Amino acid sequence: MTDPALSRRRVLAAGGLGAGSLLLSGCDRLNASPAFKGLLADVGQLHMRAQRLITGDALAREFGEADMSPVFRANGSVRSDDPIYRAHLGTGFADWRLRVGGLVRKPLELSLDALKALPQRSQITRHDCVEGWSAIGKWQGPKLSTILAAAGLLPEARYAIFHCADLLEGKPYYESIDLIDAFHPQTILAWRMNDAPLSEAHGAPLRLRVERQLGYKQAKFVMRIDLTDTLSGIFGGKGGYWEDSRGYQWYAGI
Amino acid sequence: MDARPEAEPAAELRAGELVLRHRLSTRLWHWINAATLGVMLMSGLMIFNAHPRLYWGHYGANPDHAWLTIGDADGIAFPGWITIPSYYSLADARLWHLAFAWVLALGLLAYLVRSLLNGHVRRDLHITAAEWAPRHLLHDIAEHARLRFPTGAAALKYNVLQKLAYCGVLFGLLPLVIVTGLAMSPALDAGWPWLVDLLGGRQSARSVHFLAAAGLVLFFLVHLAMVLLAGPVNEVRSMLSGWYRLPEDRA
Repeated sequence: MTDPALSRRRVLAAGGLGAGSLLLSGCDRLNASPAFKGLLADVGQLHMRAQRLITGDALAREFGEADMSPVFRANGSVRSDDPIYRAHLGTGFADWRLRVGGLVRKPLELSLDALKALPQRSQITRHDCVEGWSAIGKWQGPKLSTILAAAGLLPEARYAIFHCADLLEGKPYYESIDLIDAFHPQTILAWRMNDAPLSEAHGAPLRLRVERQLGYKQAKFVMRIDLTDTLSGIFGGKGGYWEDSRGYQWYAGI
Repeated sequence: MDARPEAEPAAELRAGELVLRHRLSTRLWHWINAATLGVMLMSGLMIFNAHPRLYWGHYGANPDHAWLTIGDADGIAFPGWITIPSYYSLADARLWHLAFAWVLALGLLAYLVRSLLNGHVRRDLHITAAEWAPRHLLHDIAEHARLRFPTGAAALKYNVLQKLAYCGVLFGLLPLVIVTGLAMSPALDAGWPWLVDLLGGRQSARSVHFLAAAGLVLFFLVHLAMVLLAGPVNEVRSMLSGWYRLPEDRA
């Protein structure tokens, strides 16, 4: 004879298990649907609007020397095997030039000395990796806005694309930001980190610092800055290496 | 909408009677929130897998001291059957987590505002001075330990342990999990630096976020156990349709 309470419990347990596995496979199926992921991304995009409304042009928190991480972890690309890059690294970037072009009135070629001669900004900020860890370090370099002003933006310019010397999984690294972040006073091209010239592991000779966004926006090994009116047509069209290859969000303020 | 205000003690109610116990707003929020918390937990565990170490303070990375490490350094802390998606994808887990974060936060806000306005908080959740008395608390704990739950009309009112659990979740863990989530955003930290400072830094916020989530899991397990012990059909029906059958007196 079956105890009705027991059978009810069995039904509930079986139902729970069934619902659980259905939920899991259902989530994976939803995750495979471009339409559903597009919807998630659209809702997620509300964070950018909300955050920009709240944050305005507020500065990221700047710390004191005593707050710095004893060791600043280097991750992602920690070297570039490009022969031209390695030659420049060998000569201390003496003949290297940062190229600024695209939708500008006056394309620029700037040597490392020229970048060092521009007015400098130094900031001790927190670097947040999308993985979850944080490190506090000191960055120094000219403001991106100074360089963009010297190049003179054409009215159609909307994005700054940063082309890098490193490859990840055989593909060139690149990143992009819009003009709101490009002209933010803490957005700098750092050639100096923790009071020493930028090391290769941290992206020598230049690393972009966009202090209010996550680590993957902080492009290392910056070789060229292109001003464009759109992100489409550039590599995968999503505005960055991780955006194209893994579907990370272009806006990384959260 | 409501035939009878929820949990109104009425003398004429007898054991075995069906009463309308939960308002539509409570029922709607309960299930939306349950599903949302499931998605948040499972996608959150996938995000945690990307860096299964927790720290205190403003910074914290592999070279720094972690107060908690789950799995080996690069190992997977939580298995695929409990994560969204079930295979490793930090990018996709973030899509789920950050989209459903809106449902969690706005849902809680709407429910709290509604519950303050319609008297749910004052009438059903407010813990009275008498209930705070140690004698009363100890009595309730002893009754729970013996698995003796209120019967008849008394079962309509939340007991003090229930109130503590629900208030702890509504006013404690859920707001905490939301603000610690916000404090991990580098952009929001620029706009509201006081928030991340209040929590002791971004890595502290991340640790508290994880602990608050663990607290919600604990609540869920106890909640589920209590529903099973108190009569799952009656309890689940009351949260679906609103109708609750007053438990019979113990023999």
